[in-house]
Amino acid sequence: MSDKKTIVMFSGDLDKVMAGLIIANGAAAMGSEVTMFFTFWGINVLRKAKKIKVKKDFMEKMFGWMMPRGAEKLGLSKMNFGGMGALMMKDIMKKKNVNTLPELIESAQMMGVKMIVCTMSMDVMGIKEAELIDGLEFAGVASYLGEAEESNVNLFI
Amino acid sequence: MADFNLNCKGLQCPGPIVQVFKTAKEAQSGDIINVKVTDRGFIKDIQAWCKKTGNELKELNETETEIQVKIQKK
Repeated sequence: MSDKKTIVMFSGDLDKVMAGLIIANGAAAMGSEVTMFFTFWGINVLRKAKKIKVKKDFMEKMFGWMMPRGAEKLGLSKMNFGGMGALMMKDIMKKKNVNTLPELIESAQMMGVKMIVCTMSMDVMGIKEAELIDGLEFAGVASYLGEAEESNVNLFI
Repeated sequence: MADFNLNCKGLQCPGPIVQVFKTAKEAQSGDIINVKVTDRGFIKDIQAWCKKTGNELKELNETETEIQVKIQKK
């Protein structure tokens, strides 16, 4: 049996995304083939921090403006207090030498973790390929299921 | 045979295990990897890692301030 792990990254919350990325890094370090499928709020994790010029309609612009632009802008799922909680948490994690989300993403990619982005969610939220970080694949639910079928651990975060 | 020495003190999960993995990838069969860490979770983690990857855990020492392990690549 092949040794694969699949993780659906649905959430765009700092704490949940962190859990997902730590598991992905750990699994890759254990020698597993890992696929992360980013959908819905999870797509915001992969946005470039910089504003990218792309053609968007009014609603898409609104969405793009309201959603966090990249892994450094995410809020906590609990005790976020309008972003103050997230800042405090990041400060504590820095003091305790915990890897940041961008570091975890880079490390995962370096170890060959495959990151697939749901094209339907991208379309709904008006996120364009150019706005996302490099090294991603773009696909739909069948690609995820194809990978999940061969996997022995499957998480929805 | 070569010896690799990793100082992962201060690194939090999954840092140490990721470093061990990267070093093991470079190492040849029979090589020794010595790791120093401060993350207490690593004691269980390195055992699980060795079991999963088929490498051998030769030594595991825990002191007041650090944990030292010796792994041999299979």
